[in-house]
Amino acid sequence: MNTAQSSTDIVVESVDIAAPVARVWRALTDHREFGEWFGVVFATPFRPGETVHGSLTIADFAGLPLEITVREMDAPRRFVFSWHPYAVEPDHDYTKEPQTLIEFTLEPRDTGTRLTVRESGFDALPEARRPTAFRMNTKGWPIQLGNIARHVTSG
Amino acid sequence: MATLSSGEPRSISALADASDLSRQAVTKHLKVLEGVGLVSSRRLGRETLYTFRPERLDDASAGLAAISRQWADALGRLKHFVERDPDS
Repeated sequence: MNTAQSSTDIVVESVDIAAPVARVWRALTDHREFGEWFGVVFATPFRPGETVHGSLTIADFAGLPLEITVREMDAPRRFVFSWHPYAVEPDHDYTKEPQTLIEFTLEPRDTGTRLTVRESGFDALPEARRPTAFRMNTKGWPIQLGNIARHVTSG
Repeated sequence: MATLSSGEPRSISALADASDLSRQAVTKHLKVLEGVGLVSSRRLGRETLYTFRPERLDDASAGLAAISRQWADALGRLKHFVERDPDS
């Protein structure tokens, strides 16, 4: 791959949604709607440049703080924020660490909307915070997220 | 995991016997480990044998694969959320 970023720095995922771009945009950028599918309650709306404080509602992480800093809101095509990835240790101070950047891109399709999320910046994280397979597994994220997916789709 | 780390392929029953975990719990753990590339599996008759893949332990790309899957799950939830009510 001819890219400036290494394969350990970035993840990209896409999904096709049977709904207009404007509807998907709202699900992403309305802080209440974002909270519904992500599993977090935010106190205040998303605005460019602002850091928004939330509280996770995800099973084992319920009550843990989640902060995102909104970087760009270019309606209805591009929504960008940054965060400290996987910041789930209650006693750890993450504030001095670099953040990863999360970029959502919305593209109109005949069938609705192609939504792509790209998270980058993992290479800049301290070694102890790198997402290795072992660490990700032992913390139980995949299991928890599986639980949520089942809960949401059965609801 | 310690049992598997000897390198020999083991069945779910053998792993459950060697631990305090139920077959169900062992199966769940193995699926997660397989999902991040730390174990591989193959069928042998009625059993599935699991083998530890230590070469993936320090492999950062496997960690990123886990993050990728989290995003895939999150996007799936968003899709479900929006498609319940696509025009509102």
